[in-house]
Amino acid sequence: MLASAAAEEAFEYGLEIKARSQWAYARRRFLRHRLAVGSLLVVTAIFVCGAFANHIAPYGFEDVDLIYGDQGPSAKHLFGTDELGRDYFSRVIYGIRTSETVGLFVAGLSTLIGVMIGVLAGYYGGWIDNLLMRLTDLVLTLPALAILLTFSALYGSGNKWRIALILALFFWTGLARIVRGVFLSLREKEYVEAAKAAGAGDLRIMLRHMLPNSIGPIVVNATLTVAQAILVEAALAFLGLGIQPPTPALGVLVFEGQDLPQDWWLTIFPGLTLVLIVLCVNFVGDGLRDALDPTQRRVRA
Amino acid sequence: MFAFIVRRLLYSIPVLLATSFLIFTAVSLSGDPAARLKANPRYDQKSIEVIEKKYKLDKPIPVRYFYWLKDVTTNKLGTSLNTNQPIWPDIKRVMSHTAQLIVTSSIIAILIGIMVGVFSAIRQYSIFDYTATSLSFLGFAMPTFWLALLLQILFVNIYLKWDLRIFYTSGLNNPDEGAFSLDRIQHLGLPVATLVIIDFALYSRFMRASMLEVINSDYVRTARAKGLAEWRVILHHVFRNALIPLVTVVALNVGGLLGGAIITESVFSIDGMGFYFRSKLAQLDIYAVMAWLLVTSVIIILANLLADIIYGYLDPRIRYS
Repeated sequence: MLASAAAEEAFEYGLEIKARSQWAYARRRFLRHRLAVGSLLVVTAIFVCGAFANHIAPYGFEDVDLIYGDQGPSAKHLFGTDELGRDYFSRVIYGIRTSETVGLFVAGLSTLIGVMIGVLAGYYGGWIDNLLMRLTDLVLTLPALAILLTFSALYGSGNKWRIALILALFFWTGLARIVRGVFLSLREKEYVEAAKAAGAGDLRIMLRHMLPNSIGPIVVNATLTVAQAILVEAALAFLGLGIQPPTPALGVLVFEGQDLPQDWWLTIFPGLTLVLIVLCVNFVGDGLRDALDPTQRRVRA
Repeated sequence: MFAFIVRRLLYSIPVLLATSFLIFTAVSLSGDPAARLKANPRYDQKSIEVIEKKYKLDKPIPVRYFYWLKDVTTNKLGTSLNTNQPIWPDIKRVMSHTAQLIVTSSIIAILIGIMVGVFSAIRQYSIFDYTATSLSFLGFAMPTFWLALLLQILFVNIYLKWDLRIFYTSGLNNPDEGAFSLDRIQHLGLPVATLVIIDFALYSRFMRASMLEVINSDYVRTARAKGLAEWRVILHHVFRNALIPLVTVVALNVGGLLGGAIITESVFSIDGMGFYFRSKLAQLDIYAVMAWLLVTSVIIILANLLADIIYGYLDPRIRYS
């Protein structure tokens, strides 16, 4: 009634009412968030550089040039060289590739696990909920970095896929709790009851009716996990128990640079890249948080 | 209240048993715990067999777990397989060093975080607020190890260039210097600064959010309507109530602090818990690693319990029974 009245009024003033889907609203809200859009552009540019590292990097990551060893930043070597004359600009670009692979893989897999556990716990409740939530409690009573260090030292063997898998197996707890909370409240909603009355099965209700309504926190959490995973992976590599030296990852580069405090560029540039990626991903996550909140409907025309 | 504490402590026992069993299994499955001994030419076949018998390394993992548990609980965290030395004296020594680091940095970070958070909330959207917000976003994105290295590089280069020793960049103290001296402050300055910068971001953001929530509540409007002076409203009605949730955040951050200690102590070569853990892990000294994880899990559980108790004391709406 109200909507049609508004439509009539709008028609009188020669305005047009446009039907917009939830996604259209979300997109418009996100695009209004200038910092988030800018960060998205920056982080996309960085990730594309990493993905096409072998086309973009001016040198290979292991190209040794002893004559130009130990040099500060210059036009020829933007980020300087280490004592073997390896070009750090190229090494950073290759490092981005490893770090982004780990970050995206961890975010994807841990989101999948977290959603599954959260959905099951929140939808069924009872003993399933109890069991799954005690399991998350177990993971949360441990000092996170120490336990990740232990597992990557024993099972990681310096390989980026193994490290990524270990991170994913410990990163799902936060999301599982969030999804469980959302599902607990959605379970009481009328439309779920209606779907049940219409004879929909559990799986259909979970996937078709409830999951789309909890997409906001899931997407935001997945985005922030990319940043967290990159940070933690770098910390593991820096401590010498994550990804190991021949593979160029940003943490590995900082690890290798730390023995030469006079060559400050070996530490500054890989670390700065890391900060830039994490900062931008966090801003994008913040923008998404505002954009995907369905209680916010206001869109500036 | 007493019943609540006892119940929580009893509840944490199965949690500890379950976690330690899972970790023990995962660690034991990764390889032969005596591999290091076998690689050491000073141990012959006979003595390795004696050690394997003593620690039941020839038995299946669940059996081994119970022997380990017995050793840990009755024998002060047990003995290291690699060095055949008791673990407790080492842990006791490094714990006191890490406590100095963590407690000092936490107190400073909490105080600064509270002050900045309160001013940001009172002057919301001011230049001060924007600056503090930007700094805390930077703090969230900053890898701890990189920040520590930056400080180290800075002070190493200051020393090399001007021969000026403001802060030491590695170690805990010079020989013949005690625990309470300028020397110790010069050594702990940079690691403490690193942890303060990282934690300050978290505390100030949280304090700001907590203050803003209270400022908009009804009883604050009532206090203002009564005609109380603004500073009195902020100090007595807002600030005191906004502090309460901070207790939980600080307690939940204990695990994060230990992680931060692992990193800063590694960078600055401080003989603390993190440094100990990392070196034992690199040597694959499995029983020492297990003991360390057990001790820190107990610390985390106790910190959470303490937070709940303080919370119940500060917030009269919460009563445990």
